[in-house]
Amino acid sequence: MLLTLFLTFAKIGLFTFGGGYAMLSMIEHICVTQKHWITHDDLVHVTVIAESTPGPVAINCATFVGYRQKGFPGALAATLGVILPSFVIIFLISLFLDRFLEIAWVANAFKGIRVAVGILIVDVAVRMFRKMPKDLPQIVILAVSFAAMLLINIFSWKISTILLLLAAALAGLAVSLVRGPVSGEGGERP
Amino acid sequence: MILFDLLIGFLKVGCFSFGGAYAAIPLIRDVVLSYGWLTDEALTDMIAVSESTPGPIMVNLATYIGSSQAGLPGAVLATLAVVLPAFVIILLIMKAMKTVLKNRYVQAAMRGLTACVVGVILATGCWLLYENGISPMIRENADCRPFILAVVLAAAWFGLRTVPKVKKHISPIGLILVSAVSGIVIYSI
Repeated sequence: MLLTLFLTFAKIGLFTFGGGYAMLSMIEHICVTQKHWITHDDLVHVTVIAESTPGPVAINCATFVGYRQKGFPGALAATLGVILPSFVIIFLISLFLDRFLEIAWVANAFKGIRVAVGILIVDVAVRMFRKMPKDLPQIVILAVSFAAMLLINIFSWKISTILLLLAAALAGLAVSLVRGPVSGEGGERP
Repeated sequence: MILFDLLIGFLKVGCFSFGGAYAAIPLIRDVVLSYGWLTDEALTDMIAVSESTPGPIMVNLATYIGSSQAGLPGAVLATLAVVLPAFVIILLIMKAMKTVLKNRYVQAAMRGLTACVVGVILATGCWLLYENGISPMIRENADCRPFILAVVLAAAWFGLRTVPKVKKHISPIGLILVSAVSGIVIYSI
């Protein structure tokens, strides 16, 4: 089992281009759909936790899934697995970086990969949206966060996403204080 | 002592990098430039490489800088240092999760956070598609190849996902491989 965790996360690490959000798509495919290690709700929770704690989202997810499966050794195996491929690749690249980027077909392949990364990230967001409870306050929070994040990107504002998240958490609290607990709110997995 | 500096520097990055790699880039730049490990230009190049190689961007940067400063031992140390805080924090949260997650106020905050995370992820994906698919058509000599590639790949991906029997067999790895081959083909001819 430890070896399976290690190898599975090594595979996820090897094929994750473009950072943590792209990795979510891979983790969902392998850990939720194929292996049933965690549920979709777990994944949403860990994404939220990963966003509000320091460190790479991918590391947070790997540690979470590994711990769920096999406790501390599992967390260690999954985390080491997810960083090993990029470690080896970057270490090799660091030995001959300039020449690597000059290879024409490598550069061309990356132009294609960047397009796919965008599609995968949108896909993750769409699926998370389908599965989240959709009452008015949440839709409003989602729309405002979406608009704010786009503006941050377009104008290269130096606003950390952590501020958006803090505001959203406060908004969630405020809504619940005004309206009282929403029915179905107790159904979260521990 | 360079190894000690790498350890402290990347522990700092690991501890304070909230909100994903892009949010952390100002912090990484701050640490890297203050220790004089890389020039600003070299750092920018390396961010581009980290974006287009597998794995978390922060981990890639740590490995690269560690290796460039102190060879293999530096690479190992910097990589472990940047990962350690996230690892420890998740373990702590998992220990406390059972009780904390049931708390009414935590749940209310989580509902807000979940909506926000979906919005942020959607915006990031849309922005990347714009940057890599649409903006070359406007800026770089009206190059419409990436746009066509984006439309074809998106149609194939979302189309195949609606077919129940095919759905289980298509994976993000497949899409990445197809996109890499497509990139080589359309830009080489």
